[in-house]
Amino acid sequence: MERVQKIAVPLAAIIAFLALWELIVWANNWPNYVMASPSDLPAAYARFWNLFLVMGWQTLWRTILGLALAVVFGTLLGMIMGFSKLARDALYPLLVGFNAVPKATLVPVLALLFIGQHDFNTVLMAFLISFFPIAVSVGIGLSTLEPEYRDILAALGASKFTIFRKIALPKTLPEFFGALKVSVTLAFIGTNLVEIVSPHGRGLGALFKSGETNGDYPLMFAVLIALAFLGILLYYGVVALEKIFAGWAERAPG
Amino acid sequence: MKHLIDIKGVSHAYKTKHGPLPVLDGLTVEVPKGEFCAVVGPSGCGKSTLTRLVSGLMRPDRGTVILDGQEVTSPRKTVGMAFQNPVMLEWRTILENVMLPLEIVAPEMKKSDAEARAMHLLEMVGLKGFENKRPSELSGGMRQRASLCRAIVHKPQVLIMDEPFGALDNFTREDLWQTMRDLRAAEPFTCVLITHDLRESVFLGDQVIVLSGRPARTQYVLNVDLPADRTIDILYDPKAVDMLHVLRDQIRIAQGRDGGLH
Repeated sequence: MERVQKIAVPLAAIIAFLALWELIVWANNWPNYVMASPSDLPAAYARFWNLFLVMGWQTLWRTILGLALAVVFGTLLGMIMGFSKLARDALYPLLVGFNAVPKATLVPVLALLFIGQHDFNTVLMAFLISFFPIAVSVGIGLSTLEPEYRDILAALGASKFTIFRKIALPKTLPEFFGALKVSVTLAFIGTNLVEIVSPHGRGLGALFKSGETNGDYPLMFAVLIALAFLGILLYYGVVALEKIFAGWAERAPG
Repeated sequence: MKHLIDIKGVSHAYKTKHGPLPVLDGLTVEVPKGEFCAVVGPSGCGKSTLTRLVSGLMRPDRGTVILDGQEVTSPRKTVGMAFQNPVMLEWRTILENVMLPLEIVAPEMKKSDAEARAMHLLEMVGLKGFENKRPSELSGGMRQRASLCRAIVHKPQVLIMDEPFGALDNFTREDLWQTMRDLRAAEPFTCVLITHDLRESVFLGDQVIVLSGRPARTQYVLNVDLPADRTIDILYDPKAVDMLHVLRDQIRIAQGRDGGLH
């Protein structure tokens, strides 16, 4: 029963959302060159299904690769900031400033720096936009470790590395996964930013762009829904990993 | 007489924004092997600093701390610690929490042996059946019991406790005192207990040391000559009541309130 509910409830919500969307388009009598309705989408998918598969895959692997880089770099940076107050003081303003720069402005910069390297540019953007939450949360997780936790092992003469491995690292995992969920969405934004803006782009962003150029609104909306689907897919992938590695942090229901 | 713990003329000050804050001033404490030493004193008098000095987590500005004939200069494996906050690692089961020190102190120990040792202790403190639970599933008193097991699982020479029962309700606390008494009867370790509960200090201690207000020095030493197999009832024995009175007076003096204010 609980299982059924877990799938049925969100599914019902999605169907309700689509129905509402259909209703609003129908009630306003909008033609599909003003606003596509859900009933226009199956046709778009049927017509371009091979493009959706190819470009969807391009978007997905670039996003995942960018995210993977963000995890590695963000965790390392977080560790440095978590353990050294000096590094924290030095890097925080820099990081916040970098994060505040709208990433769209970096697209032409990257395009000029690495001309023609579409894959590289896209992955780099996904990485640049998504490492910040990871670095900050790992840094805060480590720097706010209660001294008693450290003392349990320190009093036995354990090395700093042992304390990190046995205590600090696992204790920071819930914060890490919290940040990773935010980063997943950000990485998609980064990937699509480059895919849409750069000429001869690839991925779903380029498909969206071609839909726009051709005035094919159903195609554009079909791309948006496909992106949402990929986003959900990756998000729940992170949730599954979180269950495995940080499931202990979940409180029993009730 | 040879003492297991010898604290000689220890002075220590913390650096603060407003200059050095002296917390210990020429403190001297002697604990013979196997004895239970309870330390009481007004709050903020430097009791916790004492635990960090004995465990080697900190070194004093002046004076020496000698443990088993050697000056303490860094943490050593023969010490066990328990704090007011039982700090359980939430990602481990209770059994895995108790086994943690063995991973550091005796990494060569077989896992089955380590498990057996931890289980034995959990059984003694009444946590049999809870070994595979997560800490979040246990009450505060149970977590503190597990924390005690963890502190002595590697058979330390010295167990240092910093107000381990401070956050518990009265009945749970008295239960824990008896658990502590039983553990001591079963396992030989020397014990330093920091507390602000005078009844606790008399029930558990062989000697009670009263520290003066900050900066702390040894103000008074009470030898608790009550039988070893004490029950809670002994606290209502006239002898114990007299001791509690003496300690209460000493605390009042330590707080600087003898005469005048009362």
